[in-house]
Amino acid sequence: MLDVIIIGAGVTGSAIARELGRRDRSVLVLEKGPDVCEGTTKANSGIVHAGHDAKPGSMKARMNVLGSRMMPTLARELDFPYRRNTSLVIGFDDEDRKTLEKLKEQGEENGVEGLAIISGDEARGREPNLSKKVTCALLCRTGGIVDPFLLNIALAENANVNGVQFEFGKEVKEIHRERGGFVVKCADRSMYEAKYVINAAGVYADYFHNLVSGRKIHITPRRGQYLLMDKKTAGFVDATVFQCPTKMGKGVLVTPTMHGNLLIGPTAEDIDDKEGTFTTAEGLAEVLEKAGLSADNLPTRQVITSFAGLRAHEDGGDFIIGEVPDCPGFFDAAGIESPGLTSAPAIGVYVAQLITERDHAPEKKNFVAKRKGIPCMATASPEERKRLVAANPLYANVVCRCELVTEGEIVDAINRPLGAKTLDGIKRRVRAGMGRCQAGFCTPKQMDILSRELGIPLEDIVKSGKDAKILCGPTKQADPNGTICFGYTNAADLESRKQN
Amino acid sequence: MADKSYKTVIIGGGPAGLAAASSAVDSGLDAGDVLVIERDNVLGGILNQCIHNGFGLHTFGEELTGPEYAQRFEDKVKERHIPCLLSTIVVDISTEDGKTAREAGREKNPKKIVSAMNKTDGFFTVEADTVILAMGCRERPRGALNIPGYRPAGIYTAGTAQRFVNIEGKMPGRKVVILGSGDIGLIMARRMTLEGAKVEVVAELMPYSGGLKRNIVQCLDDFGIPLKLSHTVIDIQGKERVEAVTIAEVGPDRRPIPGTEETYECDTLLLSCGLIPENELSTQLGVELSRVTNGPVVNESLETSVPGVFACGNVLHVHDLVDYVSEEASEAGKRAASFVLHEGENEEDGTVIPVTAADGVRYTVPSSIRIGHMEDLQRIRFRVGAVFKGASVEIDFNDTVFRSQKKKILAPGEMEQVILKKSDLTGFDGLKSITIRVRKNEDI
Repeated sequence: MLDVIIIGAGVTGSAIARELGRRDRSVLVLEKGPDVCEGTTKANSGIVHAGHDAKPGSMKARMNVLGSRMMPTLARELDFPYRRNTSLVIGFDDEDRKTLEKLKEQGEENGVEGLAIISGDEARGREPNLSKKVTCALLCRTGGIVDPFLLNIALAENANVNGVQFEFGKEVKEIHRERGGFVVKCADRSMYEAKYVINAAGVYADYFHNLVSGRKIHITPRRGQYLLMDKKTAGFVDATVFQCPTKMGKGVLVTPTMHGNLLIGPTAEDIDDKEGTFTTAEGLAEVLEKAGLSADNLPTRQVITSFAGLRAHEDGGDFIIGEVPDCPGFFDAAGIESPGLTSAPAIGVYVAQLITERDHAPEKKNFVAKRKGIPCMATASPEERKRLVAANPLYANVVCRCELVTEGEIVDAINRPLGAKTLDGIKRRVRAGMGRCQAGFCTPKQMDILSRELGIPLEDIVKSGKDAKILCGPTKQADPNGTICFGYTNAADLESRKQN
Repeated sequence: MADKSYKTVIIGGGPAGLAAASSAVDSGLDAGDVLVIERDNVLGGILNQCIHNGFGLHTFGEELTGPEYAQRFEDKVKERHIPCLLSTIVVDISTEDGKTAREAGREKNPKKIVSAMNKTDGFFTVEADTVILAMGCRERPRGALNIPGYRPAGIYTAGTAQRFVNIEGKMPGRKVVILGSGDIGLIMARRMTLEGAKVEVVAELMPYSGGLKRNIVQCLDDFGIPLKLSHTVIDIQGKERVEAVTIAEVGPDRRPIPGTEETYECDTLLLSCGLIPENELSTQLGVELSRVTNGPVVNESLETSVPGVFACGNVLHVHDLVDYVSEEASEAGKRAASFVLHEGENEEDGTVIPVTAADGVRYTVPSSIRIGHMEDLQRIRFRVGAVFKGASVEIDFNDTVFRSQKKKILAPGEMEQVILKKSDLTGFDGLKSITIRVRKNEDI
């Protein structure tokens, strides 16, 4: 019997895994997708929220502020891109100003440092592209941005290096309490036993909670649609620009990403479909329109992609973190919507503490706290480039020209702990295919490398899930008798065709 | 190869780069002073995957396949012993001391520093008196088209699909919808059909095709593939792999008309929605770009706003036929050689005549002519922004019509040109500007 099973390898599950890995215990993460970072974590704003948004005393407020404080150190330890770019919540009139003042008070009560109300002109002094109509803003000096993929991947890799096991393609279907622990059954009929189960299943967390508890919870997938713009727009804004929440809604943000793109969004649409990650014409139009309120001359011609993610909104509106009262040994990390990304490191520490209170596992002496990320040729200095290429010539072979990603980086992404097995996996680790041509040129090259490194045929390479195959078979082949046959017919088909 | 100095460095070993290289040598440069840098492991660029025929009718008077056409120019480069670096990516071009062209001043020709890398030489720089930009173009991806829906596998640009089929020998899908009627999309409609796939429909947002007439006939009509003009994709279904695509008719505002939706079950959506010149390096160098073509603004010598930096082929403006790419690139090679060999000799008389596009003409290449640098004949290439039947192409000198030529049809998919004699310009007193416009029938 394992000590702990975590359901879900998103940022929450991975943060918990990393913290559980500090002590001597057996931990297994079961993930439905083919990789870490396949659900809510892969499609969000990538913001490290300062912490003024959540209601004082709520779990959200507590985790947000702690998580935000942990982020700088964690980024150094685990080598993922993070920057305190500050954030601005902008207002357009006196009513907004009042709201901003309330937000400031709320933030201070939550323990957020460095909040200030500034004038519209001061705000434009910082961000010249802000709308002329902005009259006031809440400046949040601890606001930041992070690469959400690499935060998730770094946590998971580090957990794995410290002995936490990950299994992918494991869709948990049933959970039973048995013999002082739990039996967890997956869709592929595999079965696992553990003393403790942690539910970090994103939009599906209500399903697992409700399997074991009579006190039902309900999660609504709240869709957020985004538009991402070319790196040519770098510098359009430096801070993350939020709109003042009004009766009309929370508004959308305009923010730089860690890699210099401009990101606008999200919408907030409550839907029923937990897999409804599609964009809509109306949603994208709404984002463009609302973002246009924040900044003048938004470079909308530079859009390179759009995407949608689902936030796990629990009816109560707060994170549900802790042992389920009527099911001892089962721990929830449920309803993790915004500011979930920011909060993840704090949730990891908190849940690990709860488990430690129960299992008293001793600390590992050989815990590896540090992780070294994959070198990035695109941002390396000429000297670093020379050094990297001298050490490994594959670092001179550019595969993705838009983002300047080399074969060396891709091979590294595939072969490291919990390495990439899919095109999306490579993309999230080293950004190949994330640029302006959106993988038009580099897809075939990446496939060749994946095929070679994993020892699988080209036809088996997927974008993400097991059915997301890129190719469907060979072109027409000449058969030995000199007649042409269709590539998709196998030898038996061919025989039967000949006979007909 | 690394850390050397060259008279001309050509960025890109596709049709433009190859033609420019041999022309530069034919125009007097030593082969050893010219360097071609190509990012792929073979020369020829995108022609390598264009295995259909129809290339070279203008240049060679015969129909060649893409690889055959490329081979002819590759042979020229080899015969002249022009060094080519393969599998080498240029990561940066800058001017000496980091000065931009304007800072350095027009009269001075700052050396260009080209930073590149490959597996053999590592990261290195070469110095160049002149640079010829010949990086080609890329296809507009789905994201830039704002097509809503899921993001499954099975959505490819036509060029990516072409590579899968023609280079890798693999099929990207069996049941296909194509959005956009650019030439590569049309070619791929036929190619996929020949390989046993079913191409359900080609949808085109505009009321006309962006491709060549001959491709519509030979690639769609001959195979009974419907072309739906004024249609676009409004939804993509399928979470992991494309399962269906919904198209709808669009109104004059290019917005979908409710009630016209049609859903096609398919596993693949190919996109052929326009090509974008790849000018990221040019931008780093400070080259001024045209908002219309997304390519550099050039003068009569195909020289960009940075002295000694020339541009040709699809990086300059997207061409319809490779023959014109070769022709243009040969001119760029010649001009670069002349820049090196005769710098300062060509006394500038200072007159710069702007060439402007108007009334249906989207742009012109070049966009200015220095009379002192003109050859006897000056070609001006352009494209129109809509289909015109029985209209005239008019060349205005200042405010008066200099020449007007009737055209049976003018279409956005086909590149047009006019040729001016140097004597036309020198013989016109007080010439201040040249305008190329479309004069519709009823206007005349």
